[in-house]
Amino acid sequence: MRDFYGTSLPNGFMLGTAQYPSPAILADAFKRSGASVATVSLRRESGQNRAGQDFWELIRDLNVHILPNTAGCHSAREAVTTAYMAREVFDTKWIKLEVIGEEDTLQPDVFGLVEAARILSEDGFQVFPYTTEDLVVADRLLNVGCEVLMPWGAPIGSGLGLNNVFGLRAMRAHFPDVPLVIDAGIGVPSQAAQAMELGYDAVLLNTAVAKAGDPAAMAEAFAKAIEAGTLATIADPMEQRDMAEPSTPVIGKAFLS
Amino acid sequence: MKLQLNGTAVETKASTLAALLDDEGFGGAKVATAVNSEFVPEGMRGCHTLYDGDRVEVLAPMQGG
Repeated sequence: MRDFYGTSLPNGFMLGTAQYPSPAILADAFKRSGASVATVSLRRESGQNRAGQDFWELIRDLNVHILPNTAGCHSAREAVTTAYMAREVFDTKWIKLEVIGEEDTLQPDVFGLVEAARILSEDGFQVFPYTTEDLVVADRLLNVGCEVLMPWGAPIGSGLGLNNVFGLRAMRAHFPDVPLVIDAGIGVPSQAAQAMELGYDAVLLNTAVAKAGDPAAMAEAFAKAIEAGTLATIADPMEQRDMAEPSTPVIGKAFLS
Repeated sequence: MKLQLNGTAVETKASTLAALLDDEGFGGAKVATAVNSEFVPEGMRGCHTLYDGDRVEVLAPMQGG
């Protein structure tokens, strides 16, 4: 498994913590997923019920790497401020950097993303940028200090899978030594397996597990798919062909016509 | 003094951010703070003076994808 800013992960499963029916189901899903990274966020806390404190205890007990996000930020400035707040609360240099540019698709504002990534990288953050499969943007992100790229598979929460397989394959080929994570859009385990078969190093998903009828079972299904896709990549898949080629030997076939 | 705490108007006698957090029930909580969109590190809350009309954000760990 590839290193993410010097941290070697046991598998390529990064799992979100939002939208589960209950905290207990969230914890159960994480146990069955074997996921090594949990994404979290920051939201307004109430001095009366202090809900965030209970959540923090739950997450800490999962014993996984914490990847805070800047979800909901629509400008570089907002994302940078959120990242500083997240670093203090979660005590990690890791930040899943999201700068949203379009409401219907939640497509990243790649201009704001590069600017925020530059500021944060210069200040010692280890940035996981939520980006598109655009190679030029990817290059800019690497140039400002990112050592990981996280292109989207499809719009967040859509479950559409890998919308642009050509673009994602090109990205893998263009940046063979950069850890790449498919972030967002995964709906079913076969799509996660496909991402790993493309040579991606990890997938990050949330809704597909949290909104399943049985989140814990779905988490395990994704774990198996990611493992299968990882093993398939190591096993070096066959080349595709446009025409058929008989798999059963022709030589020695009886002449019966 | 009147200010905005997480988008809600509050009346307070607290003169610093640290005092406001204590008064509003955040004592000992794992939170991050910002005033007027600027991050205020934990170590600076005691000397961060509040002014009428300030917008204070107090954020805590929450579910995220």
